[in-house]
Amino acid sequence: MHNMSIAQLNEGLRLKAFSSRELTEHFLCRISTLNPEINALITIAEDSALKEADEADRSIQNGAMTDLCGIPILHKDIFCTEGILTTCGSRMLSNFVPPYTATVVKNFKEMGAVMLGKTNMDEFAMGSSNETSYYGAVKNPWNTRKVPGGSSGGSAAAVAARLAPGATGTDTGGSIRQPAALCGVSGLKPTYGRVSRWGMIAFASSLDQGGPIARTAEDCAILLNCMASYDPRDSTSVNQAVPNYVASLNDSIKGLKVGLPKEYFSSGLNAEVERAVRGALNNLVDLGAELVEINLPNSHLSVPAYYVIAPAEASANLSRFDGVRYGYRCDDPVDLNDLYCRTRGEAFGEEVQRRILIGTYCLSAGYYDAYYLKAQKARQLIQRDFAASLEKVDLIAGPTCPSPAFEFGSKGGDPVAMYLEDIYTIATNLAGLPGMSIPCGLIGGDPVGLQLIGNYFEESKILNVAHQFQNITNWHNVLPLSVS
Amino acid sequence: MTLSTEDIEKLAVLSRIQIETSSIGSISERLHSVLDLVNQLGEADTSMVEPMAHPLNAIQRARDDGITETDMRERFQSLSQHTHDGLYLVPKVID
Repeated sequence: MHNMSIAQLNEGLRLKAFSSRELTEHFLCRISTLNPEINALITIAEDSALKEADEADRSIQNGAMTDLCGIPILHKDIFCTEGILTTCGSRMLSNFVPPYTATVVKNFKEMGAVMLGKTNMDEFAMGSSNETSYYGAVKNPWNTRKVPGGSSGGSAAAVAARLAPGATGTDTGGSIRQPAALCGVSGLKPTYGRVSRWGMIAFASSLDQGGPIARTAEDCAILLNCMASYDPRDSTSVNQAVPNYVASLNDSIKGLKVGLPKEYFSSGLNAEVERAVRGALNNLVDLGAELVEINLPNSHLSVPAYYVIAPAEASANLSRFDGVRYGYRCDDPVDLNDLYCRTRGEAFGEEVQRRILIGTYCLSAGYYDAYYLKAQKARQLIQRDFAASLEKVDLIAGPTCPSPAFEFGSKGGDPVAMYLEDIYTIATNLAGLPGMSIPCGLIGGDPVGLQLIGNYFEESKILNVAHQFQNITNWHNVLPLSVS
Repeated sequence: MTLSTEDIEKLAVLSRIQIETSSIGSISERLHSVLDLVNQLGEADTSMVEPMAHPLNAIQRARDDGITETDMRERFQSLSQHTHDGLYLVPKVID
């Protein structure tokens, strides 16, 4: 059952080939066997999952079936779940049991999906390797000596290891697409505002966006149908009708113009990754697409602008963690300042502390214009580049990451080397555009991702192209040997 | 741009993060490396560019000024072990 797609599992449940309880028990059994090695989950919600599965079975018996009723899924541990531990991968929230449920999680509950547990992640979503998690790094199922990517590394690794057919993730600078690429699964970052951020613990509020991770584009479409909604509780949620993302999957892509940014195929790109991506582009040509070279001349500003804006917003967002109302609190504080400083010094990891310090520096008096304002202007230039290109082409394609998965500790001493992992994904967040990574090859057993970037609210077009690609290729069906 | 020990200590105070004196050197080195990266922004000519605050140029939406939530103080305070009579307890602030 674990090799079936969400669409196939749904069919099996409809036909009563198996029950949701049987399905849930099967995935819980896989989690119990494989998770001790992969470490993709922080919390296994066995009791509540079985209860939800029984409820789903009753709904199916009563004819109240939905596309996700009885389907087991996982949520990134950044989404608040009432009554279930929500850590955000941090010691700061190692005792936090939220009193409310995130809108995204609520949407899945209303569809009758079964939550198997919460996935591991880089602390407060700050990282590209999962090495910053307080709960230990997730291991890549394709090669357990290598990172799964991050920050949604637990979700991507869990889907790759078939611990669940789908999972939620969040993407601030590439945190869905980069781990999806490194783990050989499909992951979509929707347009900013498409998926509610309510109950999703904030990192950088002008960039954060939730999205699905699954084996196939079709499954991502099914999950996005559930995740996307207008939410009055999120002031940046966009009040625009949600299309049926499955409906257009089979549209022909003949005549589609696909832009290839010259800057994404430059010297920093691993030659074998380039070969795999160019092979995938030839597949799109086989499907009738036309490739057009484009320029994104300000793309070199993306990483510098991001590492001003994201830390600045993070330094403000994370000021709420003060040891007073919830979460970690240091022992025996001598005064209020000691309570704040020691709580935050003891409970935030090194990378989170570094980003708060950078953000505080960039926002401090005398530096605001030179850093934050300048970065917001650079962001405008980056968005203009995309707008100009998307007038000429329907979609933009290129590599998701400059290289395949790397070994643990290999970038540990140099934060900038780690930041450059997201060189091809960050610009999409700065512009607020939707982007997706789908598997398009293997290099020495390590997966490679093809990135597709669309115009605002054109997730349907991205998913359509990804689905057509997956109809004529088999990369999304290849299973890591260690978990078959 | 260089950051002195005093600069790092000041940033730590502003950020309300206690850092060990022994780690200031390594923190400084890594912050420098990040600041070298972000200083590449200086190469961009942004003299005629408006800063971008929102990808869709949306403005902050405000809700109607009405009661939408009930009182959940007890529920929220159940998350803390340091409350008394509906108040959060912190070390003494006023001598």
